[in-house]
Amino acid sequence: MRRWMLAFLALLVGWTVPAQAQAPRYPLVLPGVALRFPADHGAHPDFRTEWWYVTGWLRTEDAKDLGFQVTFFRSRPPAASDNPSAFAPRQVLFAHAAISDPMVGKLMHGQRIARAGFGLAQAAVGDADLVIDDWRLRRGADGRFTTKVAGEGFDLDLAFTPTQPVLLQGESGFSRKGPLATQASYYYSLPQLKVAGTVQRGGKAVKVAGTAWLDREWSSTLLDPAAVGWDWVGLNLDDGGALMAFQVRDASGKALWAGGSLRGPDGRAVRFGPSQVRFTSQRNWRSRRTGAVYPVERTVTVQAPGGARRWSLKPLFDDQELDSRASGGPVYWEGAVRSEGGRGYLELTGYASPMKL
Amino acid sequence: MSNARAPEQRGLAARWMILGEWRAHPMRVITAAAAIAVGVALGLAVHLVNASALSEFSKAVSAVNGEAELQVRSTTARGFAEGLYPELARKAEVAAVSPVVELEAGTERPGETLTVLGLDVLRAAYVTPSLIGRPLAAEGDDARGPTMEAAFDERAVFLSPAALQGRAIGQEIELSAGGRRAAFRIAGVLPGVGDERRLAVLDIAAAQWRLGTLGRLQRLDLKLVKGTDVAQVADQLRAALPNDAQLVSQESEARRSDSLSRAYRVNLDMLALMALLTGGFLVYSAQSLSVARRRPQFALLRVLGVRRRVLLAQVMAEGVGVGLAGGIVGIGLGFALADGALTLLGGDLGGGYFGASKPQLVLAPGPALLFLALGLATAVVGSLAPAREAARAQPAVALKNAGDAVDPRATPAIWPSVLLLAAGTAAAFGPAIGGVPLLGYAAMALLLAGGVAAMPRLARVLLSGLKDRWFASIAPDLAIKRLWGAPTQAAVALCGVVASTSLMVAMAVMVSSFRGSVEDWLAQVLPADLYLRIEAAGTGGGFDPDEQARLAATPGVARMAFMRTTTLRMSADAPPLALIARPEGGLDAGAPPMIGRTAEAPAGTIPIYVSEPAAWLYGWKVGQRIDLPIGGAQPQGFFVTGIWRDYARQHGAVTLESHDYTALTGDRSRSEASITLAPGADHRAVAEAIEANVPSRLAGRVTVAEPRVIRDMALRLFDRSFAVTYGLEAIAIVVGLAGVAATISAQTLARTKEFGMLRHLGVTRRQIVAMLATEGALLGAVGGLAGIGLGLIMSQVLIHVVNPQSFHWTMETRLPWGLLACVGLALVLSAAGTALLAGRRAVSADAVRSVREDW
Repeated sequence: MRRWMLAFLALLVGWTVPAQAQAPRYPLVLPGVALRFPADHGAHPDFRTEWWYVTGWLRTEDAKDLGFQVTFFRSRPPAASDNPSAFAPRQVLFAHAAISDPMVGKLMHGQRIARAGFGLAQAAVGDADLVIDDWRLRRGADGRFTTKVAGEGFDLDLAFTPTQPVLLQGESGFSRKGPLATQASYYYSLPQLKVAGTVQRGGKAVKVAGTAWLDREWSSTLLDPAAVGWDWVGLNLDDGGALMAFQVRDASGKALWAGGSLRGPDGRAVRFGPSQVRFTSQRNWRSRRTGAVYPVERTVTVQAPGGARRWSLKPLFDDQELDSRASGGPVYWEGAVRSEGGRGYLELTGYASPMKL
Repeated sequence: MSNARAPEQRGLAARWMILGEWRAHPMRVITAAAAIAVGVALGLAVHLVNASALSEFSKAVSAVNGEAELQVRSTTARGFAEGLYPELARKAEVAAVSPVVELEAGTERPGETLTVLGLDVLRAAYVTPSLIGRPLAAEGDDARGPTMEAAFDERAVFLSPAALQGRAIGQEIELSAGGRRAAFRIAGVLPGVGDERRLAVLDIAAAQWRLGTLGRLQRLDLKLVKGTDVAQVADQLRAALPNDAQLVSQESEARRSDSLSRAYRVNLDMLALMALLTGGFLVYSAQSLSVARRRPQFALLRVLGVRRRVLLAQVMAEGVGVGLAGGIVGIGLGFALADGALTLLGGDLGGGYFGASKPQLVLAPGPALLFLALGLATAVVGSLAPAREAARAQPAVALKNAGDAVDPRATPAIWPSVLLLAAGTAAAFGPAIGGVPLLGYAAMALLLAGGVAAMPRLARVLLSGLKDRWFASIAPDLAIKRLWGAPTQAAVALCGVVASTSLMVAMAVMVSSFRGSVEDWLAQVLPADLYLRIEAAGTGGGFDPDEQARLAATPGVARMAFMRTTTLRMSADAPPLALIARPEGGLDAGAPPMIGRTAEAPAGTIPIYVSEPAAWLYGWKVGQRIDLPIGGAQPQGFFVTGIWRDYARQHGAVTLESHDYTALTGDRSRSEASITLAPGADHRAVAEAIEANVPSRLAGRVTVAEPRVIRDMALRLFDRSFAVTYGLEAIAIVVGLAGVAATISAQTLARTKEFGMLRHLGVTRRQIVAMLATEGALLGAVGGLAGIGLGLIMSQVLIHVVNPQSFHWTMETRLPWGLLACVGLALVLSAAGTALLAGRRAVSADAVRSVREDW
């Protein structure tokens, strides 16, 4: 999903560079472009930004629930680079990982950032293969994704086995993000990934199993100027179905744009337009850390062909807020949620202060 | 007198006697105290300045280095291949690596240089966060953590507060390094860098591209995984490094900055201690005279029942008083001097070791107390012999006798002096200890002591030729007889003179020899008609081959031989060597002055010449095969074909042929050239034509100079670095002369009774004054001769032991005849003059009264 990282990376790579720097011509996101696999699992380095976003629920051997999130971002800075230096910032890679453990009561997380180069950081073209130092996310020849990341006090070593075909979002992978036709991304998901691996905390390794969701997006455009934040949810439904819904909010909290999809256990998917997705708040949680108020319990309503369908989302625990101000990033809430008949991840941004673009 | 009150009264009596003595002869006390003060002040000042400079230097080093635990640094300014970066980054023990381009760059301001660091902010954030810039716009509400806007902008540069002075955020700054020039926009400050350091940080890719270091890195800053054994990882990393990179830790950096100036510093410290030693001799001479004059007084006290111990204590107390007064004044003076020196000369006292930084004075109570104690000890030791003599006085003899208690016919003993001189000579042949010629200084001190101890005997020997001569006038006759008859008094008067004169002469001879040798050397190393160089060409860049060809084709140029000078770090804790690529044709083209034999390099080795300091520092010999960390590949076999004299680079230099340099480093650019003019060509016209021919990117950074100008500049630099030595010399002269004056006037005043007697015998006042003037002149002459002789011997220790051991270069002795003559003359004149003045006062009193005065 279009995430806070977009804003952060925009800031990071200086998209407000002096006018004399020739902006590279980023390719436009156009409808009607057929996605091809496995090539589209790999990077699209010409586009401005791109991400590989894995979220999911894990269950440890001793039957404890954990939420986790692993994200790799690729960003192409606008610099006019005919700089032949191997250090020239042609691509910048960023990765972020967090685990949600109710026993800890808050997020444990870690990150890596580097300019691509020297084999230390790269996003391969052709298939998913991302490296930033000791962090890695790649797709093997057998179609399995594997990741290895290490945060402050935790290590994740997980393998994700697809159980269903790719779910193209929007119009065959062309996903509108705002009122203008240019505000769009290429977007597909891989829900219902079977997870197996180990989670290591405080030097102790625990075997885990669970279900995850991979979101893939790449784009060259920014959010609508009126947008201050967005909400996103992806649920792996117990019956094998998958729900995705998002909205982009303006300063008054109204949806500027919204969208989503629902794939049934039979593999048939329905796409929703702005008028067919609605988020409502059930319970707010106030962060003592930042003072921000997040609607951590929400109801998502979609207008499916057979009538309105509703899911009430409840968090694994309340404090899944991430305050990355110390490293120059924003404050947002991103956590494991459960609902009747499904489990997944909810992302709430722009509640502490507007996401600046 | 009740017994209970006796000690108190004795104390009172002692106080009276001390104060009375001081009141009667203030000059003597003041000179002695001044000598101590000067010694203490100089010692403390040199120490403080160095401590301040070193702390400044280490601050500067850590400012540039950030907080990296370990660093990999290139041995040459050209850097190592950047492939080392991912290699080290993949090691399991290494948590993070920050690659760094580091170079010295000039700016649009003439004469300004900045240390430019090209960083990858994303990496530096983990390893050296203090080196990350902050845009000034981000101050205020949003200033939370490192905002990285403009971090990748290849035109953005962040400046340290010192470099920002006189500039504003948003302005342009021009950086030029290695012959490249590029304009940058000042994007913000480096809040984590200290005030003094002049630093510019930009993106690593921009630095590589725009300042010409593509593919090369000068530094890798490492952060290790928590809990790893640094020493063990260091060993492991060291094994993985190519030939042209080496591992550096904070400690080895500190050692390097210390060794940078250690010899110079220790030399100044030692000279200051020598000043203190002179002070000790002056105290000795003043106290001896004072004791001699008061011998009847002490005898009377003894007769009255005062114990020897009390007399000893009294004289010692006088010494302590003088030492304390001198020491306290000296400490105040030392702080003032250090402050002044830091402001005027900079932290290296003009030695040129620490660049242009002006450090803050470090106030150190510890060293101040130490130098006070040294001053005190000197005064006490100087008073010891006179005090013992006062206590030993036989009351019966002393009561009657005002002159020498020694029989004039007895020859003064010479063996203590011979022993001291022998020990001094032996010490002169000792090796340096920890790179510092401690034994050499010990030799100087021993020689000085031996020389002074020889004075009574020497005065006799020098005067014996005159003793039996008949003079037409009575004055010289009386003067000679008197000096002959009272050798101890003469010697006492002379020891301060001899000590200060000999030190001064030793230093003067050393400096003049050094300067003379440097002058000769400059003439030898600058044989061409014109010289050309690029300023701040330290890293990469310079004239490429095409530009070299174009420059050489300038009309009026017969031959232009291009050179390249860079640095070569031999080891992590030593200052780098200079690495010089010489033009083809080897030594024939502007041959450097060779020392000793040369050898032919066998096939398969690369011939090099090493400078004298380099040979000394690394133990290289002609005909030796050595390894040098040049080129990333396997260590090459280098062959030392000769050793050349070099006064310009104290830390050593290695010269190799141009094509070997290019083959080893891939660097085809050259930064300097020597130019031979076509017959009849005009120097200035050709220089201007060459300057006009310089590629535009280098315009304004190239200087073309005649050897005369370079020679003058070099000698000016030489004089600047010896400014402190000259200052010490001047002070030694003043102290020495003041000592002479005080001693002679004291002796003269003490002899009022003698003058009365002479007057009774019919000698006129005029004749007495003439006698005193002659005595003074003779004393000055003897002191001068002895001092100069001793000084010449000591200068040989400085030239052949202290200098080679500290600075690793040799020189030939040059005698500053003019200065020596002046010193001798000044001594004779000032001694005669003071005697004259004092004598006038002494004989102005009524003759009858002066005889009666005593009894």
